[in-house]
Amino acid sequence: MTENDKASSWPTVADRSLSAAIAVDHLVKVYKQTRAVDDISFSLPRGSITGLLGGNGAGKTTTIATIMGLVLPTSGRVQVLGHRMPEESASVLGRMNFESPYVDMPMRLTVRQNLTVFGKLYAVKNLSERIAELAYDLDLTEFIDRANGKLSAGQKTRVALAKALINQPELLLLDEPTASLDPDTADWVRGHLERYRKANNATILLASHNMLEVERLCDRVIIMKRGRIEDDDTPEAIMARYNRTTLEEVFLDVARGRVNGAQEDAR
Amino acid sequence: MSELTVHRGISLHRIGAMILRYWYLLLSSWPRLLELLYWPALQVITWGFLQLYIAQNANFFARAGGTLIGAVILWDILFRGQLGFSISFLEEMWARNLGNLMMSPLKPIEFLLSLMIMSLIRLAIGVIPMTLLALFLFHFNVYALGVPLIAFFCNLIFTSWSVGIFVSGLVLRNGLGAESIVWTLMFGIMPLACVYYPVSVLPVWLQYVAWTLPPTYVFEGMRALLIENTCRTDLMLGALAINVVLLVASFGAFLALLRSARMQGSLLSGGE
Repeated sequence: MTENDKASSWPTVADRSLSAAIAVDHLVKVYKQTRAVDDISFSLPRGSITGLLGGNGAGKTTTIATIMGLVLPTSGRVQVLGHRMPEESASVLGRMNFESPYVDMPMRLTVRQNLTVFGKLYAVKNLSERIAELAYDLDLTEFIDRANGKLSAGQKTRVALAKALINQPELLLLDEPTASLDPDTADWVRGHLERYRKANNATILLASHNMLEVERLCDRVIIMKRGRIEDDDTPEAIMARYNRTTLEEVFLDVARGRVNGAQEDAR
Repeated sequence: MSELTVHRGISLHRIGAMILRYWYLLLSSWPRLLELLYWPALQVITWGFLQLYIAQNANFFARAGGTLIGAVILWDILFRGQLGFSISFLEEMWARNLGNLMMSPLKPIEFLLSLMIMSLIRLAIGVIPMTLLALFLFHFNVYALGVPLIAFFCNLIFTSWSVGIFVSGLVLRNGLGAESIVWTLMFGIMPLACVYYPVSVLPVWLQYVAWTLPPTYVFEGMRALLIENTCRTDLMLGALAINVVLLVASFGAFLALLRSARMQGSLLSGGE
């Protein structure tokens, strides 16, 4: 798919009700001399899980932050759940949520207190029941009345995930959601995210360096490099295009600028 | 629209959530709670004894009973009001929680309103015991100032919020590297606000500058009340008019700095 084809899929006001969960149109973000995001366009259908891949400085976090409205674009447009960001953010912020290693939950508040505060901010109905449900689902019960600062890295990640799910978001943005988890817990979290997506027809966009995670969870992968989209397709199609059997090998080919990495390796 | 939603979509529910967040925080640390009481108490004791000593040795100060200790209490309302506002804001920066809040449905105006309410709560915890100490140790009853005290308080708290909003915007835009402004800016105002001496002490050109600050009107008003038994309504109205301008300007500056922070991507970093 070419950039122009993707740009033509930009939804008009008239078809907002049918619009994509996320539509990014010729997005550019420049910090002083650095072009962090360089004219990217894509749209994500509702109910999809998409992986955003790329090395450090590829522009993944800036892209996600712009979608969330935390960063203003230099040019281009972003539409979330049918609303322009950040102009119409008040209409969508209650319907989406996120988890990122760049933010923490307040350390001195207990897990229950944190979830109570965020539940109230998101106007969650039957909040006590919702917290109990999340505590059970994400196995937080044992430490729910402990201060967040006294939890292990893995426990904190689960609490952050509970906060991200507190309002049962239609759109979930995740930046390295399993980065600090042991393989067993990480696998369990991936399973939970899959179940959540199926049960709620939620859209998930996740940035990750864990290729196995992306292969397992995502039905589409967008690979970024130096602020631009290098490739955008299903994991299977991308692996076939690069003649590779894993996304990790594809990632290395893209990172090292090898167009025919498999053939070069064979030589 | 929710029944807890007021004008232009401002949600009392979300403001309540933020106050609950700061209340949990306050209760989670007794040293911080104690600190709210400690500094105001220390101030009033030191200045109270100084006032006693001067009153025993100078006729003017004997006549102007309470001007020093009254000034200390009013200054603390101004300073602690701004600190109460700014510290609650800094807690979000220290906790790296600002991204979570900015991504939530919480609006900037709701965030600022919750910080204003928290500044009142923190002020009450620190200043009410301070006034009781002044009453029992030095027989200075600040509440005897009556209705003018309400005018003094409102004007001082409005100024403290204006400074708090502006300083929070600066920290939001520049990160924790700008944190020291929170602690020092109000002290820059102190000499010109004429807390402990009349405006007439200043050189004439500096008096013009002093009269642009609402606290100057309050402290002059307090001296007029304590020394001459005169309630200067004109001074209070002048302070109120400047405060309205300052509040609007500081809110505008906060929004501009927030926009600039979004342009620079500093909401996610928040560091130095």
